[in-house]
Amino acid sequence: MKIDSRETLNTMGKTWKEGFAKETARILVCAGTGCVANGSLQVYEALKAEVQRRNAYVSVEMLLEEGQSGTTIVKSGCHGFCEMGPLVRLEPGGILYIKVSKDDATDIVTALLEGKGPVERLLYKHPVTGEIYAEESNIPFYKHQTRTVLQHCGVIDPEDIREYIAEGGYQALAKVLHEMSPADVCQEVIDSGLRGRGGGGFPTGRKWEATRISEGEKKYVVCNGDEGDPGAFMDRSVMEGDPHKVLEGMAIAGYAVGADEGYIYVRAEYPLAVQRLETAIKQALEMGLLGENILGTGFNFRIKIKEGAGAFVCGEETALLASIEGERGMPRPKPPFPAQSGLWGKPTLINNVETFANVPKVINDGAKVFRKSGTAKSPGTKTFALTGQVANTGLIEVPMGITLRDIVYEIGGGLRNGKRFKAVQIGGPSGGCLTEQHMDMELDFDSLLSVGAMIGSGGLVVTNEDTCMVEFARYFMNFTQNESCGKCVPCREGTKRMLEMLQRAVDGEGRPEDVEILEDLAEAVKDGSLCGLGKTAPNPVLSMLKYFKDEYVAHVVDKRCPAGVCKALLGYSIDPESCKGCSKCSRVCPVGAITGEIKKPYRIDSEKCIKCGACVSSCPFKAIKEG
Amino acid sequence: MAEAKKVREDALAVPRRRFEKVNEIIARHGKSASALIPILQEVQEEYRYLPEEILTYVAMVMDLPPSTVYGVATFYVQFSLEPKGKYVIKICDGTACHVRGSDPVKEAIRKRVGLKNEKHTTDDLRFTVETVSCLGACGLAPVVMINDQIYGQMTPDAINVILDKILEEEGDVK
Ligand SMILES: Cc1cc2nc3c(=O)[nH]c(=O)nc-3n(C[C@H](O)[C@H](O)[C@H](O)COP(=O)(O)O)c2cc1C
Ligand code: FES
Repeated sequence: MKIDSRETLNTMGKTWKEGFAKETARILVCAGTGCVANGSLQVYEALKAEVQRRNAYVSVEMLLEEGQSGTTIVKSGCHGFCEMGPLVRLEPGGILYIKVSKDDATDIVTALLEGKGPVERLLYKHPVTGEIYAEESNIPFYKHQTRTVLQHCGVIDPEDIREYIAEGGYQALAKVLHEMSPADVCQEVIDSGLRGRGGGGFPTGRKWEATRISEGEKKYVVCNGDEGDPGAFMDRSVMEGDPHKVLEGMAIAGYAVGADEGYIYVRAEYPLAVQRLETAIKQALEMGLLGENILGTGFNFRIKIKEGAGAFVCGEETALLASIEGERGMPRPKPPFPAQSGLWGKPTLINNVETFANVPKVINDGAKVFRKSGTAKSPGTKTFALTGQVANTGLIEVPMGITLRDIVYEIGGGLRNGKRFKAVQIGGPSGGCLTEQHMDMELDFDSLLSVGAMIGSGGLVVTNEDTCMVEFARYFMNFTQNESCGKCVPCREGTKRMLEMLQRAVDGEGRPEDVEILEDLAEAVKDGSLCGLGKTAPNPVLSMLKYFKDEYVAHVVDKRCPAGVCKALLGYSIDPESCKGCSKCSRVCPVGAITGEIKKPYRIDSEKCIKCGACVSSCPFKAIKEG
Repeated sequence: MAEAKKVREDALAVPRRRFEKVNEIIARHGKSASALIPILQEVQEEYRYLPEEILTYVAMVMDLPPSTVYGVATFYVQFSLEPKGKYVIKICDGTACHVRGSDPVKEAIRKRVGLKNEKHTTDDLRFTVETVSCLGACGLAPVVMINDQIYGQMTPDAINVILDKILEEEGDVK
């Protein structure tokens, strides 16, 4: 089936929409990476077998081509609530079942087909209030979100282009090709105020315009799907859950800047994203929505996938281009900017996955409507990967300008296990932390920069009282030090020295004078590095020194780890009040460091103690304290 | 010039037969420089690592300096110049996994498969244990990946159950 004109796109969209409306019910099983790991594919098979057994099943082919009605079963993209997976969503009604196993298939299908209410034991139950929620959209985790980029994730089958088209997909592409000049498109994107979601927040429209007016017969569009921030998976979810949206955004960009070829650079660790994108590209080519003479307008655009090979620095745009060209992924000096001289020296537009995924909405709704959400200087929404010590982890999308409090407490459901909030690390290895004092700040590109953090790609890691911030800073330093490509000496050597100092602090060998050296060195690394990796590498450390200096001082001066994490600094002691003198601890101690008399409080000899912790778990009275 | 070409052809004649699979991969991707990374990826998939002789061979066939090929192969962490075990266990130490305790899981794995010091692969080439940053399943932290299978919400106990099963399948009852 070829869609060779706008009219055909409209008719087919309508036909398929009506076809899908013949579903009496739809069962969506999440086939995102998280749920697959938890066994969702077995759940899918079990549900399908059960519906078939009751003769209620229709395939999409029977639905669309033969006009039959019945229940469809679809593998969807990520719903975002990964921790609760495997997830199953039912339409109509938008019922969400959590932690579904294949053994639940009979109950789910029975309740659905016999019109009984939902299966209560599989519904989300609020851990504090105990309230039970049937509809996905009412669950607090979803209720406070605004899902536009993620609107299709978890709702449609990402491997079927017809669903995307039935939902209005490729209409934005048709609109620009028929109604707008390339300059108009760039202007619309400028007017929308859309800013790059890859970290820097650079105005997208300006980048497009610069590439458009750049001289050259051959130009490229590149989509950055490297997503190197460890602890972030938004781009992955978009590529897996709604790949056509990314393709459509890229094709619109290709038209706007005058490119006929695009590349998507996907991280090596994302095999499922690669597979979904490949399927999507193949289907779009077959239908003529990519390839030659798209929608009969003479516009040509092809997209290729490049798989990364594991290097964080390849997320940096110039390094990424070097990697596509087959070289070591080392950043190149700017200028020239990719817009002037990018891939193979040709003008190249490079944007992040989520940036492209915003484009169809900007075009369909217009700049004005797009500006209605978010803040004046950062319009629109942002996806975040909410992880760490928060009750509800997962993929979220919120309007820019939301407060941290809303994210952590309303969406995230507060801290896990009743622990106390300590900080949120935002922006990964280039970012910084936000603490209690930032709870009510409106989050956007600029407000975060003003407090020494950055949105980065959108990883939000919540930490609690048990997280040692010094160790956390060491962790990031270790990461950037490993990932430094080695080109700039300040970055290569500076990060190493900074890591050594942090390692010393964690190992109990920190020196008080290190604080100043750390701060000095941080400035040197920032100033002396070519690319963003080095320029931002010291951020987590500076942020730690700014907000948690007391913890650092405790490590290097008092040789104490207040969070009780750094093994070298841990000591154990027996609380004489709680100790009943049962002698259990002294019997399990492998080095004979605990002595005492029966029925009297025992003591630990800290010289002999090897800090193995065996005594702590052996004590029936919880009398042994760490710290 | 013609002589140099002949020397090269001769040098290639024997390995060409030996590296049939490599030839096939190169033929499929073509010899442009930008094909180098995908070629090495496929070669590694085939051999489970990049033997040095193959790197040299690839350089010769693609008419690239061996230093370029070696440079690329050592830049990206995905490439390994040493043989890897039958089971490649990747422990995620991305931020999300780190704060939820990936370290104890790593220790448990290394202990169970019997890895000491700095070693990553067991002598019998059965297990390779590596840390990676982020497998993209952060919602399930801490995450471990064994070959292509992802396991979420890991604890030392949970991973031991999985490893016991693998060891049992391997006919190794410890
Ligand atoms: C060290 C480093 C890593 C980066 N990693 C990514 C990444 O994983 N994904 C991404 O989209 N941008 C990343 N960037 C930003 C890119 O260089 C570039 O600004 C971005 O792809 C532009 O797209 P945008 O304007 O749509 O944000 C990284 C930058 C640096 C310095
Ligand atoms: S941090 Fe471990 S999967 Fe992302």
